[in-house]
Amino acid sequence: MTWRVATIRESRVETPQAKTLVLDVPDWPGHLAGQHVDIRLTAEDGYQSERSYSIASAPDAAALELTIERIDDGEVSPWLTEEAREGDQFELRGPVGGYFVWKASLSGPVLLVAGGSGLVPLMAMLRHHRATGSQADMRLLLSARTHEDVLYRRELDSSFRDMMYLTLTREEWDGWSRRVDADILREVGPGPEEHPHVYVCGPTAFVEEAARLLVELGHLPAAVHTERFG
Amino acid sequence: MPPISRGFHGRRQTEVDPSRLPPGQYATNDFPVLSAGPTPHTPLDEWSFTVGGAVKEARSWTWDEFLELPNEVVTRDIHCVTKWSKFDTEWRGVPVERLLEGTDPWGKFVVAWCDGGYTTNLPLADVLDGQAWVAYEYAGEPLDPEHGGPARLLVPHLYFWKSAKWLRGLNIGEQDEPGFWESYGYHNYGDPWKEQRYWSD
Repeated sequence: MTWRVATIRESRVETPQAKTLVLDVPDWPGHLAGQHVDIRLTAEDGYQSERSYSIASAPDAAALELTIERIDDGEVSPWLTEEAREGDQFELRGPVGGYFVWKASLSGPVLLVAGGSGLVPLMAMLRHHRATGSQADMRLLLSARTHEDVLYRRELDSSFRDMMYLTLTREEWDGWSRRVDADILREVGPGPEEHPHVYVCGPTAFVEEAARLLVELGHLPAAVHTERFG
Repeated sequence: MPPISRGFHGRRQTEVDPSRLPPGQYATNDFPVLSAGPTPHTPLDEWSFTVGGAVKEARSWTWDEFLELPNEVVTRDIHCVTKWSKFDTEWRGVPVERLLEGTDPWGKFVVAWCDGGYTTNLPLADVLDGQAWVAYEYAGEPLDPEHGGPARLLVPHLYFWKSAKWLRGLNIGEQDEPGFWESYGYHNYGDPWKEQRYWSD
């Protein structure tokens, strides 16, 4: 798979820990919602480092966007979130991964379950849903630490308010203030009898627990797609 | 020439022996988890292991029988296609050639199949001669379900998706059949030293 040169067109602060980079990638072949890319940074002396990041933009969007959360002792994310600015370049290849994807042509309801920055590939699905005017019943359950940690907060509020359910694990508010549990999943729905396609993304412990609960509620294991990090 | 990423210096892992790190990988002490779906939990009294397909004599073991098989402890470096490598991981398992003894396979390919529906394909030659094990202990402890327990394939010379979790059997085939990730764009063979991550690599 070919490495392409990506040039940063714009960067946007999403949260104190995360930034979105809007990229120009000549001859980008297009992607599906849920896929990721490999990126490779090169230092002046030729030293290189590679990592994978989920694509945040819809397949229908004009530019490729990645949202990167800073990992304090990381090697690549601190450069992407703090050093990198408009006009900077790195290499990128992809798209990668054909399983954790949602296409508007897929029929049936969809349940997205995100822990923290696990929202990124699911955001591509929400944006794809909106861009295609899909009539599919799509719902997002997002677990975040506090309101301040919620990625794409304004866009979620303005475009996806009635599709979204939020629980906060480190902030008391008038909504749910606890980890995702069976009651929350039941209330969000759609239930297993509606056979939704389910996509779960987040840190390992979050994904393990959410996937376990979903199977316990009666969802078919084969309908529960998972993607983890960390 | 790749473009220089301005101001990028990297956090070079000076304590890491570069000759043990395949291209594009970084060393970690964590043990990250990757899988496409929920972790299956098969009770041990319902677990069995089967060698079948293009063999003269299929064989099958219960969990208790499996533990009676000659096994060994091996220490190997493992390399995940998502870029992390972990050095000196210690496993107990049954060498795959011991499981094939007496089965008389005539196919040249293997599909490893698992609880949860996962499969991966390998050339038979790559799981023989001390290159592959069916592992059921990690670092002296029963293998955690998150990491593929009760038993997983261990083929450390290939990217770690080939080391299928929740392994239930090996199916010998006359033809090579792409497994799960191999059907979704990942390389058919997956040699980390040649950086064979994706179809066209």
